[in-house]
Amino acid sequence: MYTQALNQQPESAPREADNAEAAARFQARIDAEERIEANDWMPEAYRRTLTRQISQHAHSEIVGMLPEGNWITRAPSLRRKAALLAKVQDECGHGLYLYAAAETLGTSREELVDQLLSGRAKYSSIFNYPTLTWADMGAIGWLVDGAAIMNQIPLCRCSYGPYARAMIRVCKEESFHQRQGYEIMLTLCRGNAEQKAMAQDALNRFWWPCLMMFGPPDTQSQHSDMSMRWKIKRFSNDELRQKFINATVPQAEILGLTLPDPELKQIDGVWHHGPIDWDEFHRVIAGGGPCNRERLAARRRAHDEGAWVREAAAAFAAKRAPKNQTEKQAA
Amino acid sequence: MPAASPLLRYVLRRADDALILGHRLSEWCGHAPMMEEDMALANMGLDLLGQARALYTYAGEVEGVGRNEDDFAYRRIERDYENLLLTEQPNGDFAHTMLRQFLYAAFAYPYWQAMMTSPDATLAAIAAKSEKEMAYHLRHSAEWMLRLGDGTAESHRRLAAALEILWPTTGELFTTDEGEQALIAQAIATDPESVRPQWTATVTQTLTQATIEIPAKAWMHTGGRQGRHSEAFGHLLTELQYVQRLIPNATW
Repeated sequence: MYTQALNQQPESAPREADNAEAAARFQARIDAEERIEANDWMPEAYRRTLTRQISQHAHSEIVGMLPEGNWITRAPSLRRKAALLAKVQDECGHGLYLYAAAETLGTSREELVDQLLSGRAKYSSIFNYPTLTWADMGAIGWLVDGAAIMNQIPLCRCSYGPYARAMIRVCKEESFHQRQGYEIMLTLCRGNAEQKAMAQDALNRFWWPCLMMFGPPDTQSQHSDMSMRWKIKRFSNDELRQKFINATVPQAEILGLTLPDPELKQIDGVWHHGPIDWDEFHRVIAGGGPCNRERLAARRRAHDEGAWVREAAAAFAAKRAPKNQTEKQAA
Repeated sequence: MPAASPLLRYVLRRADDALILGHRLSEWCGHAPMMEEDMALANMGLDLLGQARALYTYAGEVEGVGRNEDDFAYRRIERDYENLLLTEQPNGDFAHTMLRQFLYAAFAYPYWQAMMTSPDATLAAIAAKSEKEMAYHLRHSAEWMLRLGDGTAESHRRLAAALEILWPTTGELFTTDEGEQALIAQAIATDPESVRPQWTATVTQTLTQATIEIPAKAWMHTGGRQGRHSEAFGHLLTELQYVQRLIPNATW
């Protein structure tokens, strides 16, 4: 059930925000690679930035259940079906874990979920693309989870302790998912012509949206400077994107698939990609992607249609509560 | 294909129960009333898929013509599946799904417990694993019976409505045929009738505590064990088998 005690707003800033001495001490701790914990003093902007980032991450896990959930009932073997169901379940677990990490900063899961459902909060743009064939389960595992790992490995060293610790566990599972996805692709690419064509098509559709997952180019990134200073972020968007491409190109070669970028070329060991359609990225983030409406509608439907269940659980607990208290007093 | 031996048919029926109920639970993934339930429904679905895989694999060994778990799960026609009608009932709302799980688990838990003493070592091993899992399914679903039955007026109404629909499919839990009777006589299989007292006690106690009235008399539907299903079942298979039918004889 949702944590009720956290529903109040975090302590308002004025009393502490002007405390230059505290701010300096805080930055010194960050510079010394110390972890900031939930009860430690922190600037309000640090709290807000992390709350936004961790909750967006949690939303992405929860919305991210939908595109892959779309294929659980159609998975082509019992082994694939069990693995996919377990994978999507892992994502739900990550979501829960991350909401709990965000709650340590003083905003309840209820409030954060409300921000998602009302459309005020964002989640990863990649989940607004449809999953059209079974090969998309391979492409998502290989590329989307691969990109997520690039983003998240450095977060294991994030200055905020609860987030960093959550990421260690999440990364272990993501790495398993990535290998699972690659293995789906490998099986398809070693299969018949139809299967290989299916794999190539999935790669063609997911490649560019995956590159967009790292966010806008460094020249346009809004939040990077402070996040780097606070050691929430350790690498720039472009650096992470580059790492991802360098890791992925040889993997595509092993599969015998062609990355859908005619301008992709290697210069001095570094892969250079063609232009990314940032208009598409901004359009998808702003709600204009192919599945934005469906994704939010599905989450709202689950929430609305589940309201009576949550109400029943709360009503039952309330009925039992006085009895439990009486028993405790008697004991 | 020659007529299936009683043992093969027995194993396939239990495998079909687990596959079809597991598949139904997996349909919820991402759409549950709360994240904790998304986790729980997926967990129970995974348990059942695991049971189905072990049972289908054993069925392949019993049959001895080289069919594997996926041959049974994906490449049979509707009439060849002999799962209980209860397991294939559409999810409906959360009360419907959780009641279906409760009615099944209240049977499967004592049933697999009894099967642990089967002289068939494979069945006994599958039973030992399934018994633990079904104990959890029973605990989880029974908790929800109390919360829904004794929660709000709406949750009570929904659970009572679900029971009206599902109750007539529970009689089939206890049916056997000649082949199964032979296995029961050899003690290889447990007579489902022998767990009826425990099932009745669990269901009566839990639903009474949940303030839900059990239908007094009802016509009991059968047919699942002979491959005569509800219309919804063909649609389930259409989805389940889609990729295998789309590109046949491929490795996935």
